[in-house]
Amino acid sequence: MHEQSFLKTVFGRLTIDSLPIHEPILFTTFIVVAALGLVILAAITYFRLWGYLWHEWFTSVDHKRIGIMYVVLGIVMLVRGFSDALMMRAQQAIAFGANEGYLPAHHYDQIFTAHGTIMIFFVAIPLVVGLINFVMPLQIGARDVAFPFLNNLSFWLTVAGAALVMLSLFVGEFARTGWLSYAPLAELAYSPDTGVDYYLWSLEIAGVGTTLSAINMVATVLKMRAPGMTMMKMPVFCWTALCSNVLAVAIFPALTAAFFLLLLDRYVGTNFFTNEGGGSPMMYWNLVWIWGHPEVYVLVLPAFGIYSEITSTFTGKRLFGYSSMVYATVVITILSYIVWLHHFFTMGSGASVNSFFGIATMVISIPTGAKVFNWLFTMYRGQIRFELPMMWVLAFMLTFVVGGMTGVLLAIPPADFVLHNSLFLVAHFHNVIIGGVVFGLLAGITYWFPKAFGFKLDPFWGKVSFWGWVIGYWIAWTPIYVVGLMGVTRRIHHIDDVSLQPYFVVAAFGALIILVGIVGTVMSIVMGIVHREKLRDVTGDPWNGRTLEWSTSSPPAAYNFAFTPVVHELDTWYDMKSRGYERPAAGYRPIHMPKNTGTGVCLSALAFLLGFGMIWYIWWLTAISAVGLLAVAVGHTFNYSRDYFIRAEAVARVERERTRLMAPGA
Amino acid sequence: MTAQATNAAAAEQRVFHLAEAEDHDHAGGNGATILGFWIYLMSDALIFAALFATFGVLSASYAGGPAPREIFELPLVALNTALLLISSLTFGFGMIEMEAGRARGTQLWLVVTALFGAAFVGIELYEFASLFAEGATPQRSAFLSAFFTLVSTHGLHVTFGLIWIVTMLVQIGQRGLVIENRRRLLCLSMFWHFLDIIWIGVFTFVYLFGVLR
Repeated sequence: MHEQSFLKTVFGRLTIDSLPIHEPILFTTFIVVAALGLVILAAITYFRLWGYLWHEWFTSVDHKRIGIMYVVLGIVMLVRGFSDALMMRAQQAIAFGANEGYLPAHHYDQIFTAHGTIMIFFVAIPLVVGLINFVMPLQIGARDVAFPFLNNLSFWLTVAGAALVMLSLFVGEFARTGWLSYAPLAELAYSPDTGVDYYLWSLEIAGVGTTLSAINMVATVLKMRAPGMTMMKMPVFCWTALCSNVLAVAIFPALTAAFFLLLLDRYVGTNFFTNEGGGSPMMYWNLVWIWGHPEVYVLVLPAFGIYSEITSTFTGKRLFGYSSMVYATVVITILSYIVWLHHFFTMGSGASVNSFFGIATMVISIPTGAKVFNWLFTMYRGQIRFELPMMWVLAFMLTFVVGGMTGVLLAIPPADFVLHNSLFLVAHFHNVIIGGVVFGLLAGITYWFPKAFGFKLDPFWGKVSFWGWVIGYWIAWTPIYVVGLMGVTRRIHHIDDVSLQPYFVVAAFGALIILVGIVGTVMSIVMGIVHREKLRDVTGDPWNGRTLEWSTSSPPAAYNFAFTPVVHELDTWYDMKSRGYERPAAGYRPIHMPKNTGTGVCLSALAFLLGFGMIWYIWWLTAISAVGLLAVAVGHTFNYSRDYFIRAEAVARVERERTRLMAPGA
Repeated sequence: MTAQATNAAAAEQRVFHLAEAEDHDHAGGNGATILGFWIYLMSDALIFAALFATFGVLSASYAGGPAPREIFELPLVALNTALLLISSLTFGFGMIEMEAGRARGTQLWLVVTALFGAAFVGIELYEFASLFAEGATPQRSAFLSAFFTLVSTHGLHVTFGLIWIVTMLVQIGQRGLVIENRRRLLCLSMFWHFLDIIWIGVFTFVYLFGVLR
């Protein structure tokens, strides 16, 4: 008995049974993941890369490196999230009639929750933030973001959140409550295990990172633009990055607050969202969707920016209707904040409230439609080069427009009463998120990869990725639209009506074709590295680009620009090229840059431990990490020497090397 | 005519980079920190907005438990409000000292501000203790959950402000009113006044309206 309470003090509710020793599927996964992890760690140790990784990457405050690390995180988590998708598709393809499928219900529920949570928070957000981080400062002619240390901290907090979600696979359980963990199901009374706690703590920690990153990006766009770059001379991608991040600052506090209140319900026993004690579960729905709907636009606006940049570059024309594009972006930003209730028309708030939110939702399609026409008119009479990024733009337009239309359909409250919670809805949001956000991110990665690494991605595997994703998307989701319209609801583990099985089998095949696309994505990177000499670009401007990032070397030097650029026109680099701009060959000066720091890694590690302690009720760990967080954060402010100068000779050396490489015949 | 030709020639020879003499300085700041801190404060204001909204929705959900009129002691809360408002004033005096370049004076007013702040947190804890003693705990009803969360989130912010003031006292002692410390003091003062504004909202909507109900 005494020993029992000792163990409880040390380990909280963590016992040997928390490990997946009784679950063959999980246990095998665990062995494979652990073996893979060990091989990677051993390889890093063998090749003596720890020092390099620590000094050059983990502690780096360089926006370009942080951007790349975000994208790597996003791609790794995409593989995890997509494995969940394949498991669901496989289950739903076979679990009909007498067949119960291969996944027990409690496992299936964790998978659909993890899939949604990971895809939004740890795939889409890191990829979007990563691209903004890498590209935006280059496009505005800056040498770094406004708060370089904060940028590093934001990234590592996101990693800490992702690590908690990954850990839940093997230690304890993940939530079985759906990707937004609705109350009252997520309350302690109905979900007593660790799942919802893993969910809440990982997203609270990652959410702090995202909020800080958003503040950083807004300050960067507003304060760090090169001389001459007025707001209306900013590349559209920077506008969309600005609007996306303003929106993120405006919504993440609501999510933080909602999760905080749910945590209080679960840990302290308050009655915010409970069924008893006067609690209001629908208040939780309102708060999370005040975050949730704008979040879609936080993700898709930068994707719209990517499409705009690519369309203009690959048609060799100025973007059609630049200012209407900017206004459309701003209008979408504002409107997206007043539509959240369309996620639960069935709450019963009455006809007038539902009409307001329904009409506001439909109105968003107007600025979005304007954008589509702007892209079409940019292409009209342009000399279109059908390279991979441009192909993604076309696939996006064809796919996304359908998703937009089903969205308008769902915005009609009476129709929504029928389609609420159906697979039609699930197909709709996958249509806009895959067709809008994912295609945009893949286009952006293809487009800016040569800027980041100095060589293009492998074109053959890039095309495999393209066709796999596009064809796979349509084959996977068209049948889901159809069965959704027939009334099949979401999050179903087993279906009695066998006549529906063919649709789900087709959908599963579609998912396999998307798998081919994902393999293509990964292989285009791998084969790009293998063939990097053949795919090398020394000009820094492989696509004949129009914006400032293409004026630097690929990869850009740590300081980005040897001289701060001066901007006269919207398409600055095009302007510079057409006026015969020559890089200055002398007159370099020392450049002031921020120093690397390990504080971000340290704070995030403590945040991870704090979360872990809270999830497992290991109070001593929680207390130590909380005190540690405060001490490290305060201690960090006692460091006043945070920057250094790159010497003029070092700048001259880098620039001379570039001149040598660019010389004909080099 | 000639003027036009010269203009055209000048336009052809656009300058595309700075000769760097006018390069901006990171440590001196281009105002990005102040802007960034403003944006942070607005995001914090939105957390409070969510808590106020939740309180608004749940403020009549007594679940058979006590109503505001039965538990709020307005004289105590009025005293607390006065303490916090005066602390904003004393912080202002500290900032005047900082502008005049007097490190000792700045520290002195910061200490006075911290004492008022600590008194505020102390009285709030006393108020909570007496509510607990009457059985009005956060678990009792949704109204009390929302009340305690809103008020103590504000109190927690004041506590962090106190830690920040102590940190600044040490840092001013070590380095004087260097540019980094002046910038930090400006941020801290905005944070402190911001908490005052939030408290005015709490006092009005939670306490005064609560007793009127």
